[in-house]
Amino acid sequence: MEMAFVVPVIAMASAALIWAIGKRFPRRGAEIGVGAMVAVLLGSLLVFFDTIRHIGADPDFHGFERAVTWMNFGPDSTLELGFHVDGLTAVLMVVVGFVALMVHLYAASYMKGDVRVTHFFATLSLFTASMLNLVLANNMLQMLLGWEGMGICSYLLIGHWWEKHENSSAAIKAFLTTRVGDVGFMFGIFVLFWAARSFNVAQINEMAAAGDIARGTLTVAAVLLFCGAIGKSAQFPLHTWLPDAMAGPTPVSALIHAATMVVAGVYLVARMFPVFDNASDIALDEVAIIGSITMVIAALLALVQQDLKRVLAYSTISQLAYMIGGLGVGAYTASVFHIWTHAWFKALLFLGAGSVIHAVHSNNMTDMGGLFKKMPITSITFIIGGLALAAFPPFAGFWSKDELVTGAYEAATHGSTAGMITFIAMMLTAFLTACYVARMLALTFFGAPKYDEKHVHPHESPRLMTYPLIALAVLAVAGGWVGIPGDLNQFGTWVHYGEEHAAFNPMIAIASTGLALAGFAVGWAIFRLGRVKVDLQRTALAPFYRLLLNKYYLDEIYFRGIVRPVRDGLSRAAYWVNQHVLDGVVNAAGIVAVKSGTFAYRDVDQGLIDGLVNNLARFAGLAGDKLKFWQTGNMQRYAAAMFLGVATLVGAFAFFRF
Amino acid sequence: MPLNWILVLTTFLFCVGVYGVLARRNAVIVLMSVELMLNAVNLNFIAFNGVVGDDRLIGQVFALFVIAIAAAELGVGLAIVLLIYRNSFTVSLDEVNLLKW
Repeated sequence: MEMAFVVPVIAMASAALIWAIGKRFPRRGAEIGVGAMVAVLLGSLLVFFDTIRHIGADPDFHGFERAVTWMNFGPDSTLELGFHVDGLTAVLMVVVGFVALMVHLYAASYMKGDVRVTHFFATLSLFTASMLNLVLANNMLQMLLGWEGMGICSYLLIGHWWEKHENSSAAIKAFLTTRVGDVGFMFGIFVLFWAARSFNVAQINEMAAAGDIARGTLTVAAVLLFCGAIGKSAQFPLHTWLPDAMAGPTPVSALIHAATMVVAGVYLVARMFPVFDNASDIALDEVAIIGSITMVIAALLALVQQDLKRVLAYSTISQLAYMIGGLGVGAYTASVFHIWTHAWFKALLFLGAGSVIHAVHSNNMTDMGGLFKKMPITSITFIIGGLALAAFPPFAGFWSKDELVTGAYEAATHGSTAGMITFIAMMLTAFLTACYVARMLALTFFGAPKYDEKHVHPHESPRLMTYPLIALAVLAVAGGWVGIPGDLNQFGTWVHYGEEHAAFNPMIAIASTGLALAGFAVGWAIFRLGRVKVDLQRTALAPFYRLLLNKYYLDEIYFRGIVRPVRDGLSRAAYWVNQHVLDGVVNAAGIVAVKSGTFAYRDVDQGLIDGLVNNLARFAGLAGDKLKFWQTGNMQRYAAAMFLGVATLVGAFAFFRF
Repeated sequence: MPLNWILVLTTFLFCVGVYGVLARRNAVIVLMSVELMLNAVNLNFIAFNGVVGDDRLIGQVFALFVIAIAAAELGVGLAIVLLIYRNSFTVSLDEVNLLKW
């Protein structure tokens, strides 16, 4: 555990190494990435088990911290470079390490023969390194470093195939949209630094918990930090970048959605939870409400998408909203537990989707269908992932989701309005989730083939792609068992925040599972069995359906309301200012510089200084020229001068009587 | 013999020498005038030694040194005059201005 910092360094070194010498390898750098990720996973597991051992030995274990001073600015302001390991960190490290390894392995096959494989793997490794840095960071600025590192890596990876304009647009959109939130995050850091005179996370949390920071300040900081989480974790209203981010290669989507990037926002709230918890109620209620809104609208959107990856993207938004909502109602352990289980099944679903897309050469579910027999491994693992997502017992998703719903229920019964809203939203989302999962599975794997059977011959993907699927499928089933309620609940001892652990409530479990079953049945009936044949366009739901198809017109609103005014108005004004004012200033400065340079050279250096030296020399020459005539060569004159001199001296001595 | 008489004599001799050096054109006469000045000085040395009554005879010793050095000087001087005469067939100092810029 004392050497935990090695783990992100390995990933970082891997990125550097791939960039430097990756091209010379037969797989063009993929083997370095995979090798490094094996080391990262092993390191993460070592840290994880060591941490568990510490927690087992000492229930009050608050984490291990080690840091060196990075820079000093001012008497009481130090920026450190260090790491902090506790249960939350260790759990996240395992998630990142495992998913990153699976993604690297999978991508080694998936991206084979791509034009920029080397670049791809280097960026993938850097992405992992950034996330690990964020997770391990002991101070907020270092967190920001990892945070922005992921921002730039996601930009590079989403725009990996930048030859297509829409891909590079999606990359820019992802970057800029998350940047809106990042501003909030940065100001949150500033506020906390101003209040606590420290960037250190543990110290800030301690001060927040001890009440050393004013409640109002904490509230402001919490709201600002949550802005960052909204951007990074794609919550309403900044969720629009995530579906577009599907433009990137599928392994990237898996990495972004399961282990890194979007989880960072949830992690941030979890890491800074004492700040939220000790702020006024607005802070956590806001978190809960945003989560509730997002989980429902994203689940609804997932119902109408044709693109398989977009369905998964919206499901990610929805599931992240579950975690956010869970944090909002104080179900801390449950939320982190959901990060843990979600990572397994979401990575599995994305990699499975990649396998399907690889086979049929299309993202659209209208080009799939009937793949179950052609791709058995992909299909079975994908279905396991889907069932975990829909939260059926005993799959992983069930355990974490049940804890979350129970947490929200507890909050609601304690009279929290936000808790009530969250509880209702979660129940509704449970239904909707199962419904779109059923639709997705039915359209993709069952029914008659809808792809062009003459040209497309789907077949199972190579082993390098299916093995990660199997490994993840195992975890998608068993990964939740570490959190089975009761005495076996290990997860609650690993990660906890002093909150009352919500007891297992069979009624809630039955109700949510029942809703999920109902949703699945409805979805299956409509999309597989065709029992209900409705043309939504003709029913009373038509306007609603159109609203969903257009994603609530949010993209449109952002384009008309923000992008266009900025692009056509502000940008033009900025351009004018740039051309006329800034360039004028710069040009003026340049002209002044040239003028003063000329003056310094011609007048001062050449004229004054050189002139002085030259004139001195000229004077000496001139004087010599005139005075040389005194030297006539007549020896007797010299002698006369000498006698004169002697006579003068003698006269002087005699006169002054020396 | 009173000291003053001697001093008057030596001053007269010295002045004759100075005049010879500054005014005469013939290089040989100039050299002879230098000799006059030196000998005036020698006389002074001896006279003052007598006045002071120094048993070690330092004045006389100095006079001997001056005579010896004057001989050497005269040798060099005459050699130069001889060479000048060989080159330019004159010993008139007006016409010899080699020590010029």
